[in-house]
Amino acid sequence: MAEFTLPANSRIGKGKDYPAPAGAKRVKTFRIYRWDPDSGENPRVDSFGIDLDDCGPMVLDALIKIKNEIDSTLTFRRSCREGVCGSCAMNVGGTNTLSCIKAIDDFKGDIGIYPLPHMDVVKDLVPDLKRAYAQYASVEPWLKTETPPPPDRERLQSPEERARLDGLWECVLCFCCTTACPSYWWNPERYLGPATLLQAHRWISDSRDEHTGERLDELEDPFRLYRCHTIMNCTNTCPKNLNPAKAIGEIKGLIAQRR
Amino acid sequence: MSLRSELGRVRGLGSAREGAGHWWTQRMTAVALVPLVIWLVVQLAVHAGADHAAVVAWLRDPLTAIPMVLLIAATFWHGGLGLQVVIEDYVHTRWLRVASIALTKFAAASLAVIGAFSVLKIAFSG
Repeated sequence: MAEFTLPANSRIGKGKDYPAPAGAKRVKTFRIYRWDPDSGENPRVDSFGIDLDDCGPMVLDALIKIKNEIDSTLTFRRSCREGVCGSCAMNVGGTNTLSCIKAIDDFKGDIGIYPLPHMDVVKDLVPDLKRAYAQYASVEPWLKTETPPPPDRERLQSPEERARLDGLWECVLCFCCTTACPSYWWNPERYLGPATLLQAHRWISDSRDEHTGERLDELEDPFRLYRCHTIMNCTNTCPKNLNPAKAIGEIKGLIAQRR
Repeated sequence: MSLRSELGRVRGLGSAREGAGHWWTQRMTAVALVPLVIWLVVQLAVHAGADHAAVVAWLRDPLTAIPMVLLIAATFWHGGLGLQVVIEDYVHTRWLRVASIALTKFAAASLAVIGAFSVLKIAFSG
């Protein structure tokens, strides 16, 4: 059955408190999920008081400040710090987002920070994404053609054909949407999830691709595609404001169209 | 323990190449149910407080019996498909999943036949 409670060794305990420095005027408390696989202990939530007058504006700035100045063992992924690499996806204040483009001021009260939901945790805020990456690879996210390219130039697209990729190419594969999806929580082994399906749609929509039918064949499956019940968590949570639910709906529409 | 690659696991047994029929039928039965349910609610409101004889006479009318049988068919068809999806979502033990889906389908078919037979029995009696 689907799991609705945490197993005993995943129950979260109370962690350490790191109060803000004395004299801090604007204090924000970050409650951060911590788990160290080497300690053998259950996960805990540590509280860090941060002086916002001595911290950058984004949630990632606070995490970096904590790692640099308070607890260097705090573990998270980050790279570009401008919403392009997709590394710092995590659950901030109850919603999956990229911490680098989420402003601290968007939250009232304490900010809870957890890893992406319902994934195995590697350490602290680092989720295990190897299955999600394999699912992405399984849709063969590259141009597949029979016609050789023109000898003297690239494959051409009209401006209208190129415009069909807008809203799809911008995805940075952070998997905020996939890990926000209850259908993915219950059936991650077989449902591809919104991020991978949006990417599948990106190649289905590409006017230069010649394998549209085969791509649809591979997707037409009660679990791979039709586990999507249009819950829309994906679209709500996408930090790039994309619409995976619409992309999935369009794939279903194309499959209906060819029947 | 399995040392199979992650991609091998994800590709698994491959695509079933079906699901569109289920999806489309669920939507079509839903569309059919909209007018049928509105019709039923209106008719029940009109016959509120009517005695047994009046209701039997109403059900005997072909213009009642036919939409009633259609309503019963669409309801249990749609319900069977919907419950199948719910079971597939939440039940992960393979034998239990197969058994629950089979039981649901048998129950939906039986209830549909019982319902339709009941309507026709009244419609064609006396």
